[in-house]
Amino acid sequence: MVLDCEHVWREISNYIDGDLDPSVRASIEKHLAHCRHCAAILDSTHNIVYLIADERTFTLPIGFSERLRARLESEIEKSEPASR
Amino acid sequence: MNYNETQSSSATMDSQPLAEAEMISRIIAGERGLFYDLIKPCERAVFLTAYSVLKSEADAEEVVQEAALKAYKALGSFRGESKFSTWLVKITLNEARMRLRRSRSESEISLQEFMDDGDSDYTPAVLTDWREIPSEALDRKEVREILQKALAELPEKYREVLISRDVREMNIAETAQLLGISEGMVKTRLFRARLLMQKIVAPELRPQGRKETKG
Repeated sequence: MVLDCEHVWREISNYIDGDLDPSVRASIEKHLAHCRHCAAILDSTHNIVYLIADERTFTLPIGFSERLRARLESEIEKSEPASR
Repeated sequence: MNYNETQSSSATMDSQPLAEAEMISRIIAGERGLFYDLIKPCERAVFLTAYSVLKSEADAEEVVQEAALKAYKALGSFRGESKFSTWLVKITLNEARMRLRRSRSESEISLQEFMDDGDSDYTPAVLTDWREIPSEALDRKEVREILQKALAELPEKYREVLISRDVREMNIAETAQLLGISEGMVKTRLFRARLLMQKIVAPELRPQGRKETKG
């Protein structure tokens, strides 16, 4: 199977997730071997997915836990107990 | 029982963490102070879920507090058919979506729906070279801000999927169940979200910041 660039772009996400039929995967890899644009698009997308998964990218706001705890203490103290 | 008396009591005498079901039973029996201990391991998940809808840290934080209180009041109806964290995240997602609906005008909703379902441009940023950005780069505030800003620019439907799948690292089935969409839809939205992120972020993070126009 011969794939054009747009077809490769559409499969990049599934390629990163390893969610492709072996024949499609092989066709993509064949395309990537000679298309530096698609290879750079795959590498950059893969890298961005890796970076956004890092816990340092999205952290809780400073004081979040303390404010949540304080709010729960204040509201739960005056509320009726949870019941079955 | 006094809240303060129990707030450090989420461990048994041999310091093993309490099982979730036991903790819930004890909260319902009156040990209210254990509730925060039950919530604490889910803090990041619920915050990110609210943020994925609202893209405002302040609004997301308020929604998390409201959702946690709602969960406390409804704890008696929690049957343990899913993990507590799954249940709490679902409550948070519903709260966030309700808040968004209340705050958004009809015209904005229409525009958003149009953008999500229309023939938007999902072509990536075309590059001829790319040097991997090491994870150490995340120690730089500038890099984190580029990623956060790009995520905030995504349409809501794509941001929700990307945060569930790539930030919280849920699998496709879990993401589909949480968001109430099919697994196929998760994959479609994920593909679009990832390419949009690439299109926004890649030119900013390239070495020397040199940008190319898309092909």
